[in-house]
Amino acid sequence: MKTAVLSGWGRVPTVPGVEIRSENLEQLTRNLPLARGLGRAYGDAALPAPGDLAVAGTTLADRVLAFDPATGLITVEAGLSLDDICRVFLPRGFFTPVTPGTRFVTVGGMVAADVHGKNHHREGCFGAHVTSFKVRIGDGRILTCSLTEYPDLFRATIGGMGLTGAILEATFRLSKVPSSWIYEERQRIGGVDEFVDALKAAAPVWPMTVGWIDGLSRGPGMGRGVLFCGRWAEAAEAPRHQPPQLRQVSLPVDFPEMALSPHTVRAFNALTYQRYSASRDGGIVHPYTYFYPLDWIAHWTRMYGRRGFTQYQCVLPHAAGREPVRDCFDLLTRSGGAFLGVIKDCGPEGVGTLSFPMPGISLALDIPMRDATQRLIDGMNELVISAGGRIYLAKDALTRPEHFRAMEPRLDEFLAVRRQYDPDRRIRSAQSVRLFGW
Amino acid sequence: MTLTGGSGARSPCVCLDGDVRRVVILGATKGMGRAVVRKMAARGDRVFLLGRNLEDLRTSVMDLDARAAGAAAGYAECDLERPETFAPALDQAGTALGGIDIVVITAALFASQDALEADAELMRRLLSANFTNTVAFCELARRRLMARGGGTLCVFSSVAGERGRKPVILYGASKAGLTRYLEGLDHKYRSQGLITVCVKPGFVRTSMTAGLSSPPFASDPEPVAERVLRAVDRGQPVVYVPAIWFAIMIVIRSLPRFVMRRIGF
Repeated sequence: MKTAVLSGWGRVPTVPGVEIRSENLEQLTRNLPLARGLGRAYGDAALPAPGDLAVAGTTLADRVLAFDPATGLITVEAGLSLDDICRVFLPRGFFTPVTPGTRFVTVGGMVAADVHGKNHHREGCFGAHVTSFKVRIGDGRILTCSLTEYPDLFRATIGGMGLTGAILEATFRLSKVPSSWIYEERQRIGGVDEFVDALKAAAPVWPMTVGWIDGLSRGPGMGRGVLFCGRWAEAAEAPRHQPPQLRQVSLPVDFPEMALSPHTVRAFNALTYQRYSASRDGGIVHPYTYFYPLDWIAHWTRMYGRRGFTQYQCVLPHAAGREPVRDCFDLLTRSGGAFLGVIKDCGPEGVGTLSFPMPGISLALDIPMRDATQRLIDGMNELVISAGGRIYLAKDALTRPEHFRAMEPRLDEFLAVRRQYDPDRRIRSAQSVRLFGW
Repeated sequence: MTLTGGSGARSPCVCLDGDVRRVVILGATKGMGRAVVRKMAARGDRVFLLGRNLEDLRTSVMDLDARAAGAAAGYAECDLERPETFAPALDQAGTALGGIDIVVITAALFASQDALEADAELMRRLLSANFTNTVAFCELARRRLMARGGGTLCVFSSVAGERGRKPVILYGASKAGLTRYLEGLDHKYRSQGLITVCVKPGFVRTSMTAGLSSPPFASDPEPVAERVLRAVDRGQPVVYVPAIWFAIMIVIRSLPRFVMRRIGF
């Protein structure tokens, strides 16, 4: 019989493993301490460690346990998807306070990765809006954590990649929105330095900003792209109807590797860049096209072919100036480039012990897996270390343990909490074994 | 009042009082039942939940309240392994809803063929729950629906009942019996207003199938629920979910025995 395998969203690495799903997380996590939601972590964060075959699939545990329309406070089981939250609550004028770039994530995953979004400079990470959660820790107990109860466990679990325990339920606050539509303004940006300036200039004006950045162009046009600024449309300017259901198409098979080559992507990027006018323009758009531009294609990662890809995301602190951002782009474009790049400025550090963002410029780069990819990631990490930045575990597949330690002064505090609540070291993932040894 | 008790295959579901359909569902806390009841609540039906775990039922009602306020009329304990719970549960549902238009049964027991062969008690329990007791529940539901002039009885059977197959001999046999019973009800009572909908799911990724490796054409509860609702609304007597299993089962049914003996399917 074929051995069952699991992989992350980037489809590498692939490890032997199965996902056992149940509606009853309390029962399920008794023997399966590592939880996996919708599998959108790109690397090995939600994969079993070598020797641990099964992970607890949470997606069937998707009930709303309480909702208070007066305060927006909502308590849910950890497997509830953001897609479901959007569908049920957006027509009622509520939206998640923070959303990542896909709605196919679970609430448990949003807490575990302490996800951030286009409003990070205003609202911080998802964890900032979480008031409490229930977690099954390594010794088998179920604890309710908040900033006042088990605050060390609360902080370590937010952004802790599921390594402090399996999240069973979470309570957080939905935001009231004036309409179900987004007002968006688009602006073409000529190069990477200009991009950093434009993001900084837009931050005080716009609640949401994000940049698409051409990860292939070199020379004076290096790091050119389009800045998307947005805010929720006011009721008066928004269409009266709810945004329509968008159709999802699915890529049925892997593309051949040559389909997404530097040549085809360069042509695509040039077209995309030219499509936007040099002057600013704006209008009302569907919230999903604003927040989730890639969600309309199911299995879009098949475009990268059988070898898959890695997404590299780092944040480079403002304090280090603009040079590190340019250096990263220089190294990237000299080494084959990224097929998709996203640039965003981050606000203050989150409440999570290992939470990713810090005040600075975040770069997320989709890099196809090739023989030289490991070398490129090593080089990027060296630049990140010298700039005083860090990487995002939810994306990572290739970082070396010594590099991670060098960029993460908070690691010892995190591992101390793990040791305290999981003395027998039961909770492990492929990523935690790779980066921390257990 | 829209009372339609015609005999056409497409006659719409029977609604006695206005437009709100009143639904009792056994098995609503999990898997496909959960997906079905959510879709019904979202479109404005009134639902009453039956299941064996009161705590779990209460949580599911909270979920429905948060998603569609007012849709859930209540819940009561009802265990397929304890037939004495059937009548009180249906009575309670009827009182809370002020009458019943649709009864849905998604609950059943499942175990692998190996587990059932190894454990005679488990086998007896599964056969009783999935056939004898499910039929007993249907009979009580049928009498209640027909006493009010008709209604819809939607029962989840399985494609496993279509052919004697090595991996699901006993489970399949229990579902084969159920399928034949539902077919008979449809033949006898459709003209009197009782619409029977026999749902035959293929492989659906729920906790029932957790740990089994998913074959091609595996589906998820939500698209299944969508199709089930359409079948209930149309009064379709048999519905395969996902639809591809209709074609697959045509092939499986036509395979000669010497082939069935050889393949593992």
